[in-house]
Amino acid sequence: MFLTYLRRELTRRSKQTLFIAFGLAVAIGLVMVVNGAAGGIKTAQDKVLSNLYGIGTDVSITKTDTSFSGGPHQFDVGGKTGGTGTQAFSRSFLTVQPGTGTLTSAYVQKVSAVAGVSQVVSTLKLDSLNFSGQLPTFNQSTGSSTTGSTPIGGSTSLNQGGQQAQGTQSRTQQGTETGSQPAPTFGGGQGRGGFDGNGGSRFNINRMTVEGISTAAGANKIGPLSTVVVTSGRALKPADAGSDVAVLDSTYASGAALKLGSTLTISATKFTVVGIAKSTSTAATTSSNAYIPLDVAQTLSGKTGAVTNVYVSAKSADVIPSLKTAIKKLDSVATVNTSSDLASTVTGSLSTASSVVNNVGTWLSMAVLAGAFLIAILFTMSGVTRRTREFGTLKALGWKSSRVVRQVIGESLVTSILGGIFGIVLGYGGIALVNALSPSLSGSLQAATGFGGGDRGGFGGPPGIRQTTASVVNVALNASVSPNILVLAFAFALLGGLLAGVFGGFRAAKLSPAQALRSVA
Amino acid sequence: MSDIKLAYQLVGVSKVFHQKKKEIKALDLVNVEIAANDFVSIQGPTGGGKSTLLQMLGLLDNPTNGAIELDGEFLNELSEAQLGELRAKKIGFVFQNYNLIPTLSAIENVETALVPLGIDKQERHDLALKALEKVSLADRANHLPSELSGGQQQRVAIARALVKSPKIILADEPTGNLDESTRDEIVSVLEKLWKEEGITLIVVTHDSAVAKRAKKHLYIKDGQVSLKA
Ligand SMILES: Nc1ncnc2c1ncn2[C@@H]1O[C@H](COP(=O)(O)OP(=O)(O)O)[C@@H](O)[C@H]1O
Ligand SMILES: [Mg+2]
Repeated sequence: MFLTYLRRELTRRSKQTLFIAFGLAVAIGLVMVVNGAAGGIKTAQDKVLSNLYGIGTDVSITKTDTSFSGGPHQFDVGGKTGGTGTQAFSRSFLTVQPGTGTLTSAYVQKVSAVAGVSQVVSTLKLDSLNFSGQLPTFNQSTGSSTTGSTPIGGSTSLNQGGQQAQGTQSRTQQGTETGSQPAPTFGGGQGRGGFDGNGGSRFNINRMTVEGISTAAGANKIGPLSTVVVTSGRALKPADAGSDVAVLDSTYASGAALKLGSTLTISATKFTVVGIAKSTSTAATTSSNAYIPLDVAQTLSGKTGAVTNVYVSAKSADVIPSLKTAIKKLDSVATVNTSSDLASTVTGSLSTASSVVNNVGTWLSMAVLAGAFLIAILFTMSGVTRRTREFGTLKALGWKSSRVVRQVIGESLVTSILGGIFGIVLGYGGIALVNALSPSLSGSLQAATGFGGGDRGGFGGPPGIRQTTASVVNVALNASVSPNILVLAFAFALLGGLLAGVFGGFRAAKLSPAQALRSVA
Repeated sequence: MSDIKLAYQLVGVSKVFHQKKKEIKALDLVNVEIAANDFVSIQGPTGGGKSTLLQMLGLLDNPTNGAIELDGEFLNELSEAQLGELRAKKIGFVFQNYNLIPTLSAIENVETALVPLGIDKQERHDLALKALEKVSLADRANHLPSELSGGQQQRVAIARALVKSPKIILADEPTGNLDESTRDEIVSVLEKLWKEEGITLIVVTHDSAVAKRAKKHLYIKDGQVSLKA
């Protein structure tokens, strides 16, 4: 009789059954979608982080250059007195990115010795600047510069660090260079002398990021090379130490028309391209344009023994926090980030989506879930009230309260199972929809974390340069259903049914048969 | 009198309801004996206490005061569950509004009376069908209450009352919602059962045409029961 009665009730009162089931279905469908999207975002964040910091890196260490003075790099353009026409010049710099401090090899040694550290890889990230062109001979006394000319700061200095440069930099395009990448020019202060444009002064500024990397075996396990695959040629190997060889990012290489065997000039030194590499994610370029042996980078930049980035992997995930504390003690000025610290530094639509899904989505699904529970409870209770006479009659016939309660809970549970099934179908539908739309999210890093160049440099490169230094990663949001959430979703539905059944059953149990029969009216 | 077997013996039974600080004495020191296998009518004005009395007889509610004896057994000490068991075994109910379960078919409604007795499915079905035959409704066994006329519904309710072969059938205004010819039909069904099944039949009614068929007549007004000639 239990099953017959239950079936009859649910089918003959199908509207109420479907309403309650549908309410639960919407709620758990939403829970699934939100959870799936959150999982997708987590995956996307991991992707972004691993692109920017490397897979397997548990702690990364950088240092901000606190002593940074912002003083100008002055250079002599070599203008000789007298004469007319132009003269060729070329200058190059290989420097640590402005605002970035360096760490010593002794420090790296100490980090390696910290308990719980599995591997340490350190790199020296550098900005390479090649500055070449034709300069006219000029008359120092000429007044203000003209539009269309190429003014250079009064002392013909390239202000590479000062914040103030940002405001005053101007960019002009030479007619001959229209259509190519605009060469930036720099003005340190208008009217304080400068070139007159008579001779058609022309510069090429070649800026690229160069990363000195350990050639030791296994150095690609963590750090920037962990997300890189060599597509042609080879990776750096131990024997490359001290050699002028480079592995290039494929995007940079094709942009600069370089290929295997090409020669590349970095800081007036000719490097042979031995490999082309690209990011393992299709969405991103690698973190630097060129990778050269660490010792070569240190020598060329005059920073013997120095590194800018230290990547650490931990022996196990649970030692990471203590590892971080221990490393912090070694140098209180260094910035020590764990991968979870870094997740919070990702900005862009990815972080917006993350907060929307994790905050709004979670609250919304909780609210809808609570609403669905409430609907289920209220409808079940009002259903019991509506059936007062029915249950009173059954009790008059000698049905025990427990049997009546069992009936109510049974109906409610079956309704919630239906709701669970609908809900899972809805959830899959919603997730399929999210994946069909497959919104593309971009993640970028706040410069405040201290690496990736940062916005602190006064050097205004052409738009797009920062992008090629790989601080923005685009990933498509891909929501998925985990078996856990299926179980959880179903458990939520059952919980809703159980709650409703218990409330309804409690009301049914309290009915006295006499009252029940009197409620005839 | 003492050699006659009693179905009920009520001694000093009172039932007081409290409503808005007012006390309503629905039953006021009622002393009644009902013999086994009797056919008793209960009449009286609305609000006189007829239904309340029937609820006491049907073990649906406990009296405020007094003692009720059913088949020689005092009910005062019995728990809710024990009263339920007694109802399931011994007492069949027929209500003015039929009180059928709207989602169950006629035969399933009849079967509900056998559920608390722990009778297995097949036997339940057979007994229910036999009960429907007795009220000439076997051909409507699979109809829903909503597909039956008022008289037919009341006959299903009677089948439900008699299917467990009870000692007593209590009917509260069983013809209250029916037209005259249906009323006669239902009374005839009840009378026939009383004769053939050897049950005690107690019928509350407004209708003197129904009351006339009974062998003993009780009149209740303001909670006071009197015997009518
Ligand atoms: N549950 C209750 N609460 C309050 N008053 C009640 C209750 N049940 C019955 N009464 C009152 O008791 C009196 C008798 O009612 P009832 O037995 O239903 O009369 P009858 O069936 O003769 O019309 C009436 O005054 C009625 O209002
Ligand atoms: Mg009444």
